[in-house]
Amino acid sequence: MHFTVRKIITAGLLAGSMLVAPAMAQEKVLRIGMTAADIPRTHGQPDQGFEGNRFTGIPMYDALTAWDLSSADKASVVIPGLATEWAVDANDKTKWVFKLRPGVKFHDGSALTADAIVWNVEKVLKRDAPHFDPSQVGVTVSRMPTLRSARKIDDLTVELTTSEPDSFLPINLTNLFIASPAHWNAKLAAVPASVTDPAERAKQAWVAFAAEPSGTGPFRGVRLQPRERFEMVANKGYWDPKRTPKIDRVVLLPLADANARTAALLSGQVDWVEAPAPDAMPRIRSGGFTIYSNPQPHVWPWQFSFAEGSPWLDKRVRHAANLCVNREELKTLLGGMMGIPKGSVSPDHPWWGNPSFDIKYDLATAKKLMTEAGHSAAKPLKVKVLTSASGSGQMQPVTMNEYLQQALKECFFDVELDVIEWNAVFTNWREGAKDPKARGANAINVTFATMDPFFAMVRFVSTKTFPPVSNNWGFFGNDEFDGLIAKARSTFDGKERDAALANLHKRIVEEAPFLWVAHDVGPRAMSAKVKGVVQPKSWFIDIAPMSID
Amino acid sequence: MLSYILKRLALTIPVAFGVSIVCFMLVHIAPGDPLTSVLPPDASAQLQAEMRALYGFDRPLPVQYGLWVMKTLQGDLGVSIATGRPVASELGKALGNTLMLAVLATMIGFLFGSLFGFVAGYFRDSWIDRLASFVSIIGVSVPHYWLGMVLVIIFSVQLNWLPATGAGPGGSAEWAWDWVHIRHLILPAVTMSVIPMGIIARTVRALVAEILSQEFVSGLRAKGLLDFGVFRHVVKNAAPTALAVMGLQLGYLLGGSILIETVFSWPGTGFLLGQAIFQRDLPLLQGTILVLAMFFVALNLVVDIMQSMLDPRVQRA
Repeated sequence: MHFTVRKIITAGLLAGSMLVAPAMAQEKVLRIGMTAADIPRTHGQPDQGFEGNRFTGIPMYDALTAWDLSSADKASVVIPGLATEWAVDANDKTKWVFKLRPGVKFHDGSALTADAIVWNVEKVLKRDAPHFDPSQVGVTVSRMPTLRSARKIDDLTVELTTSEPDSFLPINLTNLFIASPAHWNAKLAAVPASVTDPAERAKQAWVAFAAEPSGTGPFRGVRLQPRERFEMVANKGYWDPKRTPKIDRVVLLPLADANARTAALLSGQVDWVEAPAPDAMPRIRSGGFTIYSNPQPHVWPWQFSFAEGSPWLDKRVRHAANLCVNREELKTLLGGMMGIPKGSVSPDHPWWGNPSFDIKYDLATAKKLMTEAGHSAAKPLKVKVLTSASGSGQMQPVTMNEYLQQALKECFFDVELDVIEWNAVFTNWREGAKDPKARGANAINVTFATMDPFFAMVRFVSTKTFPPVSNNWGFFGNDEFDGLIAKARSTFDGKERDAALANLHKRIVEEAPFLWVAHDVGPRAMSAKVKGVVQPKSWFIDIAPMSID
Repeated sequence: MLSYILKRLALTIPVAFGVSIVCFMLVHIAPGDPLTSVLPPDASAQLQAEMRALYGFDRPLPVQYGLWVMKTLQGDLGVSIATGRPVASELGKALGNTLMLAVLATMIGFLFGSLFGFVAGYFRDSWIDRLASFVSIIGVSVPHYWLGMVLVIIFSVQLNWLPATGAGPGGSAEWAWDWVHIRHLILPAVTMSVIPMGIIARTVRALVAEILSQEFVSGLRAKGLLDFGVFRHVVKNAAPTALAVMGLQLGYLLGGSILIETVFSWPGTGFLLGQAIFQRDLPLLQGTILVLAMFFVALNLVVDIMQSMLDPRVQRA
C-alpha cells in the first residue's frame, strides 16, 4: 500500500515536473500595442514620428550618440552610443572626429567599422551611392540639417563634416541609426538579375532589408507582417551588458484606436499599451495594471504672432496670458495626464537657465498687467487662435482650448477659437501668421518636441527661420536672439554649449513668445507582469532592461 | 443573352475611365502633402522641394495622371510612399482579409435580414412584423463602430470569450480555418452584418407586402394553394430584388469599413484606406480607391446579369 502511494506521489511529481519544465523554458514574450496604425519602418530610419524611433529604432539599432533612458528623475541627456568619444576639429569647426566602440557586431555577424558609418551617412546624403534611399531622406536629413558627408580615417575613426560650425551635431546624430552594409549587400545580391535598373534594385534590397533588418541593437527583427505585427528577438551578444535583454521576444502590434488598445490590454491580448483611452484609466488601474507617465520633452503652446497689429506685441499681455492659466485645474480636467510647464524645458534640464519670469498661476498680477495694458472686462482684448480638433501630439485640443478660452476671460481676453482641419493648421505653421491662410489668427496651437535645440528653440526665435523657411510662425526674433543662437551653435564644449542654450532659453521664457500650457506625459499602461520599467523624461523608453514574469 | 452581357461589358469601359479620373482628382484636391509619411512636419522648405522632385510630384497633374493610368493598365499600381512596398501586394492581402469578413457578414446579414423581412412582410401589422421591423430599424440606425465597441466590452473585456483585436494570434498571414482563428472573425463580422441585415430586412418586407397585394396571389389562393405554397411564390418573386440589394451590400462591405476594421484592428481594405488617408499616401490611396470602385462596377455587372437570368424582363428593358 505504502509502495503504491509512493509510486503515485512519484508519478505525480514526475508528471508535475514534466508540466513545469516546458513552462520554465517558455519563451518570455512582451506584446506591445502601439498607437501607430502601421509598423514603423524597420530599415533603420523609422517613420511614424518618435514612436517609430521608440519601437523600431532604439531597440534594433544604435546611433553614434544615444539618449540616456536609465532614469525617471533626471533629464534625459545625450551619452555615447556607437561612438565612445567625439571632438570638433580645433582648426576647422565644420569637422568632427568620432571614435568608434571596438568589438561591436551587427546582427548578421559583420563588424562595425568606420566604413559602415560612412555608408549610413551616404544612404541619405549621397544621391549617386548605390544604396541611396529617397524614402529615408526626409525623416533623417531634417533632423541633422547641417551634416554633409562622412570620411573614414581608420577602421575605428570617422570624420563627419557639417555645412557650418554646428555644436548641435552630436544631439542630431541620435537620429542616424546605423544599419548593416554587409546585410544590405547580401539583400542586393539576392534581387533577381531580371531587375536591371540600379535604383529599382536598391529599392528592392531595402524592402528585403526591412523584412529582416540588421543593426547592432539589443533586439533583432525577425518577422514583419505589414500593418499587423513585427517581432524582435533578444540579441544576447549585445555589446552593453546593462542592456542585454531579459525578454526573449517583443511583439509590436499597431492598434491605432485608443479604445481598441485599451480593450486589448484588459482582455489580455497585449501586456502594454501606449496612450490608453483617458476615460478608461480608473478601469485599467482597478484591473491591476500600472500606468506610467512622466513629463516628456514636449510643449503644448499657443505660439504668438508678432506681425504688425498683433495684440501680443505687448509683453505685458503675453505675460498676463501665461499668469492667467490655472494649470493645476487643467491637469485635473485631463485626469492628471499632463505636466505643468515652466518653459520649453523643465527646471532640471541643462538648458533651463533660470529665467526671471516665473510661469505660474497668478490671477491678480495677470489682471494688473492687463489693466496696465489698457484692457478691462468692459474693454476686453480680442485674440484669435488657429487650432484643430485633433492631431499628432495635440493631446485634447478642443477641451484644452475651451478651458483656456474660459480661463483667459478672467483676465479680459476675448478668445476666438478657429478650429480647422489639422493638416491645414500644420501647413499654415510653415506659411506664417501673415499668410492669408492664417485666417487672421494671431496665435497658433501646434505642439512640438524639445529633444534638440533647433527644434526646441532655434526655429521659433531666429530671424533666419521666418516663414516659409521654418516654423517661426509669428515672426519673433531680433539681433539679440540671433546672437544667442550663434553663440550656442559655435560653442563646442558640451557644458559650455548647454550653458549657452540655457541663456537662450532664459531669454525666450522672459520674452514669452508662447503661452506655455502643458507638457505631454506619455501615459502607457502595462500589465503587472512587466518589471524593471523606467519611464524617463523622454519620448523614448528602453525595453532592453525590462523583464516579464 | 450574350449580346446583353457584351453590351453591359462595353458600358463598363467609359465608367472605368471616369472612375480613374475621379480617383486621381479626388486624392489630389484633398488638403495635405503627399509626402507627409516620408517627411517630418518640420522639414525645411528646400528639403520638401527636393523630395517632391524625387517622387515626381513636381510634374503637372495631367502628366502624373497619364503615367499612373499607363502603369495601372500594365497591372502596376505603384509603390506605397509610406512603406516602399508595392500597392498591388498591399491591396491583395487586405482584399483577402476583407473578403473573408465581408462574405461572412453578408451571409449573416442576408440570412437574418431575409428571415426578418419575409416574416415581417408576410405577417404585416402583427406583433411579429413590429418586432422584426424594430430589429431591422435598430440594425440600420445603430452606429456600427459603437456596436463594435460594446460587443468588445461585453465579449472580450467582461466575459473574455472572444479576442478584441487582430486577425489571429499570428496575424492574417497565418490564418487557418480553426477555432483559434475563427473566434477573431466573429465580433467584426457580426458588427459588420448589422447594417446589411437591417437594409435587406426592410427591403424584403416592403417587397413581400407589395407582392402579397398583387392579383396573382389571390389567384394562387383561389387555386387552393396553402400558405407555404403561396410563400414559395412570394419568395421567388422577391428574390431578384433581394439578391440585387445583397450584391450592393456585399459591394459596400468589400470596400471594407474604416471604422469597424479600425476598432477590431482587422487588416482589411478599410483599415488600409484609413491609413492611406491619414498618411496622405497617394499611390496607395489611388490604387485602393480604384480597385474598390472597380469592384463596385464588376458587382453591378454581375448582379445585372444574374437579375436578367432570373427575370428575362430585365433584358428587354
